[in-house]
Parts: sequence; structure tokens; C-alpha cells
Amino acid sequence: MIGAGSLPAVAEHSRLIWGLALALAVALWLWGQTFLPFAFDYPKSAQIPAARWIGGAITWLVKEAAIGPIAFADLTRAFSALIDGPYQSALGLLADGVQRQEAGQTLQLVPPLSWLAVIAIMALFAHWAGGAGLAALVAGCFVFVAIFGHWHATMVTLASIVVAVPLGVVGGLGLGILAWRHPWFDRALRPVLDLMQTMPVFAYLVPILILFGFGPTAAVIATLIYATPPMTRITTLALSRVPSETHDLATMVGCTPRQRLWRVLVPSAREPLLVGVNQVIMLSLNMVIIASMIGAGGLGFEVLNALRRLDFGTGLEAGLAIVALAIALDRLSQAIAHRSAGAAPKRGVARHTYLLAALAFALGTGLIGLILPAVQTYPEAAELSTSPFWAALVEWINITFFDTLEAVKNAILTWILMPAKRFLLGLPWLGVVALLGFAGWRLGGLRLGLLCSGLSFLIAATGQWEKAMITVYLCGISTLIAMAIGLPIAIWVAERDRWWTVTRLVIDTLQTLPSFVYLMPIVMLFRVGDFTAMIAVVAYAVVASVRYTVLGLQGVDPRLIEAGRAMGCTPWQILTRMRLKLALPEIILGLNQTIMFALSMLVITALVGTRDLGQDVYIALTKANPGNGLVAGLAIAFIAIIADRLLSAAARSAREKLGLEGAT
Amino acid sequence: MRRGQIKPGSLMSDDSATLVCRNLWKVFGARATEAFSTAGGDAARLAALGLVPAVRAVDLSVRRGEIFVIMGLSGSGKSTLVRLMSRLIEPTAGQVLFNGQDLLTATEAEMTQIRRHKMGMVFQHFALLPHLTVLENVAFPLDVQGVARADREARAREMIALVGLAGREGAYPRQLSGGQQQRVGIARSLAVEPELWFLDEPFSALDPLIRRELQDEFIRLQSRLQKTIIFITHDFDETIRLADRIAIMKDGQIEQIGTPQDLVLHPATDYVRAFTGAVAKAKVARLASLVTPGPVPEGLALLPARATVAEAGQAFLDGQVQVGVEENGRPIGTVAREDVIRLLLGGEA
Repeated sequence: MIGAGSLPAVAEHSRLIWGLALALAVALWLWGQTFLPFAFDYPKSAQIPAARWIGGAITWLVKEAAIGPIAFADLTRAFSALIDGPYQSALGLLADGVQRQEAGQTLQLVPPLSWLAVIAIMALFAHWAGGAGLAALVAGCFVFVAIFGHWHATMVTLASIVVAVPLGVVGGLGLGILAWRHPWFDRALRPVLDLMQTMPVFAYLVPILILFGFGPTAAVIATLIYATPPMTRITTLALSRVPSETHDLATMVGCTPRQRLWRVLVPSAREPLLVGVNQVIMLSLNMVIIASMIGAGGLGFEVLNALRRLDFGTGLEAGLAIVALAIALDRLSQAIAHRSAGAAPKRGVARHTYLLAALAFALGTGLIGLILPAVQTYPEAAELSTSPFWAALVEWINITFFDTLEAVKNAILTWILMPAKRFLLGLPWLGVVALLGFAGWRLGGLRLGLLCSGLSFLIAATGQWEKAMITVYLCGISTLIAMAIGLPIAIWVAERDRWWTVTRLVIDTLQTLPSFVYLMPIVMLFRVGDFTAMIAVVAYAVVASVRYTVLGLQGVDPRLIEAGRAMGCTPWQILTRMRLKLALPEIILGLNQTIMFALSMLVITALVGTRDLGQDVYIALTKANPGNGLVAGLAIAFIAIIADRLLSAAARSAREKLGLEGAT
Repeated sequence: MRRGQIKPGSLMSDDSATLVCRNLWKVFGARATEAFSTAGGDAARLAALGLVPAVRAVDLSVRRGEIFVIMGLSGSGKSTLVRLMSRLIEPTAGQVLFNGQDLLTATEAEMTQIRRHKMGMVFQHFALLPHLTVLENVAFPLDVQGVARADREARAREMIALVGLAGREGAYPRQLSGGQQQRVGIARSLAVEPELWFLDEPFSALDPLIRRELQDEFIRLQSRLQKTIIFITHDFDETIRLADRIAIMKDGQIEQIGTPQDLVLHPATDYVRAFTGAVAKAKVARLASLVTPGPVPEGLALLPARATVAEAGQAFLDGQVQVGVEENGRPIGTVAREDVIRLLLGGEA
């Protein structure tokens, strides 16, 4: 260090500043209680009554707001009509047929597609897209749903998915393209996306309920808000990653801006874009249950009902029906994508043959169904239920392993959860706000510093500090555990195709299996409380860390790995020195997403009795109090935004130090 | 260099030049244009402002029908230079004249028309569109112009046959080898019958045998097509094989422009000498450079002035003391064995 150049000197300098800041914070924490009591408890008199303001604003929007002669309420009504039309058609086709209400009786004028026809059409579609294997898988998924007696509910859910997914994909793509094209729009959109993704769904359910009314349309809108952001982000990322030569090509052949975008760039970015479509499908299915709280009906409603009765078996079956639907749609969309990529250009059966066959099935089964009801509707007598079995199983585990489970739970509670909670709750808000601001300043400049301290100050000023700290503690520990589980798994499967196939199935199941479903057995085993919440959050969030890490690791240029091997790197060195480093952007994106997932799950765990912000949001929903719900929701979103910005800034400065910046 | 279609006498005048660059600059960095107008070409002052001059004061002119090779190592600015010529990158200062028109004052719409109809480009990493077949890739530039399907596909088939890929029209790029992919890239760039053909390190990503094969293919194509070509490479052997004239670049500046023979026999700088020193002079020096003008004695073997000294070697080995040299069928003088030996022993001609 003696006589060191400027670089170590700078490092030492920054370490000194960090040390000073930390020392100040510790001093405040230790001795501030006596001198600066307001630094620990935010004074009530200075609180901002944000909840009341927001509640008032929404009432004003609905009752009085108008743009010229058009009332805001009319706009929302027009918007719902736009969604309602397609939704009603899809619903009629798949679930209800054409009905007429007459003298209190429902007359079935035209039946919906028979269950056999739906299965046949799906299978034909799958066969066209991906061959016999896929057809069997898709048909299997739908037969599964029929056997367990969830056919009608599944069709209702499918109808809303059929409407929501194209809207989400088109909207996400459009926004993503705009953000890619105009940096200012990107800067403006980013915080909105962060809010959309981090704001717990419950928080905006109430405003949506007030603006759009109770029903499937409102549910589709909530789904869109939830499912569109990843598509937008992936679109922007994918477009910015198209090689510069491809841009040059577009210019050299004289593409118009439109041709450049739609005929060169978007097709070149096809693979990541399809990941985005996939995410929209998955997230839409994810919202199925929550959306049923504002009138979506379908499978979500069945799960919700089962949860209220703590009927794990039925809940699991309905949940698995959602998964079956997800798997079928996921594989189908991937196969279509592959087909359009020309991976397997099959000749032979022409497209219209498929169309004719599908039509024949629809009409044929419809007509036969008039005589044989079993062809139209899956016969109830043949339905199965595993509900009693699951109830018995959970009970057996509970009785047999009660002591072991209790011991594990108590150990983790005593040694990890409680100390962390006590530590965070004891921190002075002023010190945390200052420290966050300092971290933001050091990592990303003055603006980031102001953003971090500003947002955290708002949390304190709206009187939610304590609950926010509980949220941070649950989310932080869960994220750490999720990363600790997810990273090794991802590293293991990234190079092993067979394992990755299996893992992806599990991941997709976990992500699609509604969080409520695995909340049930966890509650039954561990009862309500922080530990239960943590397990649920980890199980839910680990998916993101695995998925993104694998994406990053598989994206590493294989030529570099070969180079590393040629230089005599051990597998461990290749992993730590090359693959993990090069995959860092994706891993950080994964960490980011893990935190987002954890936060969104936290709200749901409010159902199992945590005491954090999620609980506030949930209570607001049950009382239809948009102000409180939104304020608590915003606080959760703020936490997420601070975490996100600090992480990105840290990553960027690390990359700059490594000299990697500018490479992307 | 003299091509059949050029009118005699126009050879050196400016209107035989397809593309001319005058005092062309590209400076990268924030607010480069303003900084450049104050700092000018002072490299030290630019550097102090945090700006990187990638191309500095380039003057060159590319004649109609010639293969003009821009050779430089990585970071020399050659790829930037070629992108300035088609305005893929906006120059900071200077002029680019294409058939006498200043491209830097052309509107975006005019540039689009010029690029669509007058220019073709081959890329180092092929830049094939992964979702299109070979046929669709080659037809793509025409498709973008709105040419009817039947016409553009007929043209594309022709080009595919020209580069020797007939039969693979339905394949997707990922099903082809690197050499085949670049053949597709070449076919695509030729589909619009460009007047000016840019090749940006087209063979650098290929292995040597394939590279050699494609170089031969390129020479064969050019002998048929007679395009004006700007060819970028970092490979000096490739340069010597293909070039009519060469520009050697270093640090964004042109070190020397000349024929292979000029560069080998009269390197302007040590940098150029370092490249050309290893080249066998007999393979680049042409008889024209050694000729003693005068009448050719009766009965002496006549060799073309374009022939290299190496090609004339057999005649000397057969015991001749001198050979006759002809240009365009007219005898112009003789070359003596001593001149050849002096050249080979290192003295400059």
C-alpha cells in the first residue's frame, strides 16, 4: 500500500467514507434514543395523511373527473366494453354457449363447444405445431382437468386468458419498443413498471373495483397490470441486444423505420421475446386466483373457496388444473414459436386439413351431444377426487412429525428470524433513511441518493415504518434463502439439458401453482406466523433466481468456455471466473426479480397472519378502503424500488471496476 | 487496373472515381461535433476532452471497377471508415462523394434510395436473418423495396446459383456452415445489383481453407461482375491477393495508398515496411515497373506488362537474358535479367 498509485488510494478513500457513515449510523443507533427520540419514532403530528388524500382522489375520479364533456367514468366504461366484447364471445364459445334468461329460467339456445371438441381442437393444434408428442401432452392436460371435475371452471379461466394474453403481449411489446426507441420514455416508464410489478396486486384491486366494477372485465384489467411489465422489459432488453451488424444490414438494404423494426429487429430478437410471451401466460395464470376476488370466477374462485374451508385436496386439484392449463398453453406457445422459426418444417398435411378436422369435431360432437349428453359434457359419475386422501396425508404428517417440525420451526425462529426482526425494528428511521441516501449517493450519484432517502422518508412520514421494517426483514431473509437455494440449482442444471427439462417443469409448476395452494399445507403443518410466511415466500421466489441464473449461464458464449478450458482452467475456475461473471447481469436481474416475487408473495402471506404492510393492504381490500390499501401498497413498492435501484447501481459500479461497462 | 469499360484518358480524372473521401473525420464521444469544431484535428486536445478520434483526416478516392482494399489491424479505424462511407455512422467532418454527390448533405430518404439501389454490403459475422430461409434472406433487400414475389425470388435464385448454393434455397442459416452462410451474405448483397460493393472483413470469421476458397470465388465473381469494391481486411496476404489498390490504416489515419507493387517496392513508412517486408517481391512486382522502354528485338518472348516478375521467372530460367514486354498488344520495351536479380536481392527498383 505504501506508495500506491491512484487506484488503491481511491479505494481506500471510499472505504474510509463508508466507515465514517456506518460509524455515524451506529452511534445514532446506540446513543440516539436519549438525545434524538424523534429519530426512532416518527412524530405523529408531522405525519402525512396520504391515505385520506388518495381515497378522496379516487372518489373524485369516479364521481366528478372529466376531460371536456367526457366523464372519467365514461372512459373506464368504454374501456371495459372493449374488453368485455371479446371476453363474452370467448366465454360463450368455451363455457356457456348462447343462453337466454326467460321467466327466471336459463334457456340453452346453442351449447358451447363440447369437452371432446375442445380437447380435439387443442390436440390438433398441438399436432400441427409440434407433432404427436405435444398433441398427447396437451390432450392429457385437458383430460386431467375433465376427470377431476373442473371442466367448466377451466373454460371460464381459459376464456379470460385468451383475452388477457394477446392484450398483454401486444401492449408489452408496444411499450417495450417505445422505451427502446426513446430513452426519455424508457426513463419515464421504468418507475411505472416498477410500481406495476412491485405494488401488491391487492393494493390496486380496490381502485380497479371502484373504477371498473365487480366482474371478469375488472379481473382482466388487474391481470394486464400484473402480467404486462415483464414483456415490456424483455422487449426493451432484447431489442437493445440485437447485434450492431444486424442494424447495419437493415440500413444498408434501405429498410424504412417500420421495416427495420418489424422485419429485422423483432424477428432477430424472437427468442427472448418468446420468453416474454411465456411470462405473460404464466403471470396471467398466476393472477387467476387473486383476480377471482374481484369477480373473475373460474378455477381461481374454486381455489379461493377451498382455502376458506381449508380444504387442501380440492384447492390442490383446482390449483393443479391451473397448472395443467399453464403447461398446455406454455408448451403450445413454445412449439408455435419453434415452428415459425422453421426448426421443423414438416410437409405433408396441409393447414386446411387441420381446420376441416377441427370443424368436423366441433360440429360432430355438438350434434351427437344433443343425443348423448356425455359427449357434450363430461359425465359427473366419472369424475374423481383425491381430496380425502390429501386431507388424510397432511393430518398424518402433522401427527407423526409434529415434534420434528416444531423443532425446526422454533430453531429457525429463535436463531434467525427473531434476532433479525428485533435488530431491524430497533433501528432509528432517521439513520436508515440517511444511510440509504448515502449508499445511493456513493453507488449511483446524487439523484439516486435523493431517491432512496426520499422514498424511505415517505414510508416513515406516512406512519408505516414499523410495518415496513417487518416487511424488509421477511423479504430479506426469504430472498437470501431463495438465492442460496436457487443459485446452486441453476448452476447444476444449466449444463445438463435433461435436468433442466425436469427443473423447468418443476419451476413452471411452482410459478403457476397458485401461491394460495401451497400456502394451505404449509399453514396446516406450521400454523400461521412468520415462519410459514417465510417458507411460502421462499418457495415462490426461488423460481426467479433459478430461471434467470440459468438463462444467464446458458447465454455465455461457449467459445469463451472453450478458451477457458484451453487455458487450463479447472471447472471451478471456469464457473467462478468466467461463467458466473459473464452471467452477472442476468443473475442480478434474477436477484431483482426474486425480491419482487418475494414482496408480492408477502401480501398473500398476510392471509396467514404476518404483521407487515401486506396485512394492511389485505385489510384495506376487505374493507374496500382504497386509500389505506394504496398507501401500504406504495410503501411495499417503494421498498422494492429502493432495492432495485441500489442493486443495479452496485452492479454497474462493479462492472465499471472490472472494465466490463460498455461491453453491453 | 485498366478496365475495358473506362474511356481512355479519363483514368486519372476525378469523374472516374466512384467514391471520394475528403478530409473525413469521425470523433466518438459526448458532443463530439462541437468539441471537434473548437479543438480541430489536434489529437492531444481531443483526448483531453475525453474524445476518441477513430478516423482522422482520411483522403482517398476509389475508382470505378477497382478492388480497393482498406487494410489495418483491429482498432485502426477501418470498420468505422467503411461505415462512414455509407453513412451507417455519421461522420464528424469532411466529405463523402458518391458519383460526385456529397452523401453528407443527402436527406435520409435519398440515402435510403442510394443504399437500396446503389450499395451492397457483406458483413463479418454474416448478419443473416435467422427466421428466413436462404431464398428469403437473399430476396430480402428486394422484398424491402417492394419487388413482387415472383421477380425477387427469380433474382434471388439466380444469385444463389451464382455463389454455388443452388439446391439449398429452403435451408435456414443455422443449417449452413460458416462458408455457406457467407456465400448467402454475398448473394444477398449482390441481389440489388449494387454499383458499390462493401465487404467488411467478409472472410475473417472463416477457417483458412474456406477463406482461400471464398477468395477464389470472389475473384471469379469480380471478373464477371466488374463492381467497384471496397474491401476491409486485417489480413495482408488477402490484401495482396485481391487488391488493385490498397490503403493501409493505422490509428485512424491512412499510412499509404498504392498498388500492391507500390507498397512492396516503395513503402512510405516503417509501419508499411513492416507489413510488406515479408512479401516475396517477385509475386507483386510487375514487369511494367522494371521495363526499359525501347524497341523489342525480334524473336524475343513477349510477356504482358501486368505479369508479375515471378510469372516471368520461367523465361529467365530457360536461359533468356532479357524478355520483351507488351501492353495492349503493343511491344513497349524489355526487362533484363540483372534488373530482376537486383530487385530480388533487395534493392528497390
